[in-house]
Amino acid sequence: MFYREAGDFKTTYAADQQTFPILFDRRTYYIVLAIALGVMPFVVTDYITNAILLPFLIYAIAAIGLNILTGYCGQVSLGTGGFMAVGAYATYKLMTGFPDLNIAIIVVLSGFITAGVGVLFGLPSLRIKGFYLAVATLAAQFFLVWMFNKVSWFYNYSASGQINAPERTMLGQPVTGAETEPWVAYLFCLAFLIVLAVIARNLTRGRIGRSWMAIRDMDIAAEIIGVNPLWSKLSAFAVSSFFVGVSGSLFFAVYLGAVEVGEAFGIQKSFLVLFMIIIGGLGSIFGSLAGAAFMVLLPVVLKLVMVDSLGWPTDLAAHFNFIVVGALIVAFLIFEPHGLAQLWRIAKEKLRLWPFPH
Amino acid sequence: MKLKKLATVSVAAIMAASPVMADLVFPSLSYRTGAYAAGGIPFADGYADYFTLLNQRDGGIGGVPTRVIECETAYNTEKGVECYESTKGEGALVYQPLSTGITYQLIPKATADGIPIHSMGYGRTSAANGDVFSNVFNYPGNYWHAASGIINYLLDENNGDLNGKNIALVYHNSAYGKEPIRTLEELSAKHGFNLTLLAVDHPGQEQKSQWLQIRRERPDNVIMWGWGVMNPTAINEAINIRYPMEDFIGVWWSGSENDVVAAGAGADGYKAITFHNVGSDFPVFDDIQQYVVEAGLAAGAGDQIGTVLYNRGLYAAMLAAEAAKTAQEIHGVADITAAMMRDGMEALEISEEKMAALGMPNFGPAFTVTCENHGGPGLGAIQQWDAESQTWSLITDFMEPDMDVIQPLIDADSAAFAAENNIEPQC
Repeated sequence: MFYREAGDFKTTYAADQQTFPILFDRRTYYIVLAIALGVMPFVVTDYITNAILLPFLIYAIAAIGLNILTGYCGQVSLGTGGFMAVGAYATYKLMTGFPDLNIAIIVVLSGFITAGVGVLFGLPSLRIKGFYLAVATLAAQFFLVWMFNKVSWFYNYSASGQINAPERTMLGQPVTGAETEPWVAYLFCLAFLIVLAVIARNLTRGRIGRSWMAIRDMDIAAEIIGVNPLWSKLSAFAVSSFFVGVSGSLFFAVYLGAVEVGEAFGIQKSFLVLFMIIIGGLGSIFGSLAGAAFMVLLPVVLKLVMVDSLGWPTDLAAHFNFIVVGALIVAFLIFEPHGLAQLWRIAKEKLRLWPFPH
Repeated sequence: MKLKKLATVSVAAIMAASPVMADLVFPSLSYRTGAYAAGGIPFADGYADYFTLLNQRDGGIGGVPTRVIECETAYNTEKGVECYESTKGEGALVYQPLSTGITYQLIPKATADGIPIHSMGYGRTSAANGDVFSNVFNYPGNYWHAASGIINYLLDENNGDLNGKNIALVYHNSAYGKEPIRTLEELSAKHGFNLTLLAVDHPGQEQKSQWLQIRRERPDNVIMWGWGVMNPTAINEAINIRYPMEDFIGVWWSGSENDVVAAGAGADGYKAITFHNVGSDFPVFDDIQQYVVEAGLAAGAGDQIGTVLYNRGLYAAMLAAEAAKTAQEIHGVADITAAMMRDGMEALEISEEKMAALGMPNFGPAFTVTCENHGGPGLGAIQQWDAESQTWSLITDFMEPDMDVIQPLIDADSAAFAAENNIEPQC
């Protein structure tokens, strides 16, 4: 019924190798894109934007970034929070140092700065692997947070150590600051997500992505067939950190507007993004999006159901939320270790055969 | 994607379903979970109980019932944003987030939305300058008042001379903990004492190295800017190194029962500054007993009544309710809006008679809020813990802070904020 491939002939290599080779998928993709770009901006409210859409879009970028490093290249990282902080503080320094610079350029520049820092902390990956690398990136997490707290130059010597995003406009519309319209913030982050997701998708199915996956699957074998581990690992760290830096930048400038490094970019953030890609699916762009949506939406939906509809006390609901999220993570690891993306793949296989069982 | 749609639909459905009533909405961004819950619970209980009392006893404020919407933030800024956005549409009159981080977050947002913030004794200190921060209030005292109040007390103790003394500040390594540093540095230059800064990272259970340094250097006094689990941990560490409790002074967020009870007899003599009175020996507590507790309407577990932070929640609610009354008088409307509430807060006058009439005589200092001064007088008294009777008691009167030092700092910091954000003075 769905996913019928009969009659869908590919006559060129380009058609055969496209991202969505199945017509139904392609149509769904364009419809979702059309709704996200054409309908959503007109219906979003303050609440939907700030509580659901912005965190989803921003975490999705971070999750794609971490997925490139962990899911595609096999290098476990617990430094996501620290790298997001680099993006945020780079944005702050650029915003206050160059007030006339366009905010979109600042976000991209922050990504590049984070990429540089990421490469620096990626150097140990050439020597150490697995758990040991995770510990090395953990060191990056703690060092970066400590540094942004300790060195007052990063927060322009303000008394509180908080950084605040001043108002910056794009095409006459404020993108950061309190006067931002919800649809502007939404579109700004959505544009970054779409562009970055397309880049990520194409990187991962090209030569670079294949070299990452070769390193992930067996680095010695990869080296023997001519993949340069130095270049592959460091490029994975650079690209991944670029994504994470952009997400940190948007997180600070567009979403929160004021952050404090220890609270916003602590170790919990690294774990949160890691959970997103584990639940969503390692080594899948769709999985990153699904995982981000899941982790952002679940607490909000639970809160709406338990507190606003059922009238439970807020503390009970908050504790229940921990239980549900924890149980779901365990359940996922047991029943579907490949995450939501794998569930989707299975569903697709079933739908292809439907209504016949074989 | 399907989940997203589902959530969008359910959000819309719930928003549409909530009834529109004439009531005064006071959102309570509380935290009853997480590392700071010990402080969040009594404050939220006191805040909610006072409004329940008003509803039960007086039928609300000026005949309009009040409604407290609780939203759990867990002291987390992201959840704070979610709570702010989900409650502001309900007609929220004033926000009291009880978190310096969330306050920083909300200052620009709430100002743009025209909703006032009351960060009582926390938040951005320079918000005391009402000229720049039109919608932010931090009366009756702020961090710099507290820092100066503590130093003034130490001056009294040392016959007006702190020259050459060593004072250590143990602080929560966050916006909250860093706030007093600038004032303390100024004061150290003025009075000639040496200031040692010791940062403790969130959540504050790891303080061994800081207290080792204190043991080595033996400062004459230790000042603490802690919150949540950091406080009892610090007091325990101080006991472990046998630091004399009489020389250990906390800010008003480090001076509740939760912080000292666990340490037992060792905490006897620990001091903290406060901007309101302690204990439950006020007529208003009889009313709370009668109208709230006995009616089974007490918030939370109902076991916090009379504790320091419960009183602070009660005090915050009282100030909010009085501001709402003032707003009703100014505008002649009973069902006020957030903008009217802001005017009421700016015209708030708390006198001894008013507090006595509310059953809270001498509960806090008398003060007036003006357009220029949103910070109040900043009077502070020192309270001391008696481990035997398990009570706090005031050992000084409410004292004036050193405004000669504080005012220029407030002016400088708020001017920088105004310049950064192109704010025109409003007064």
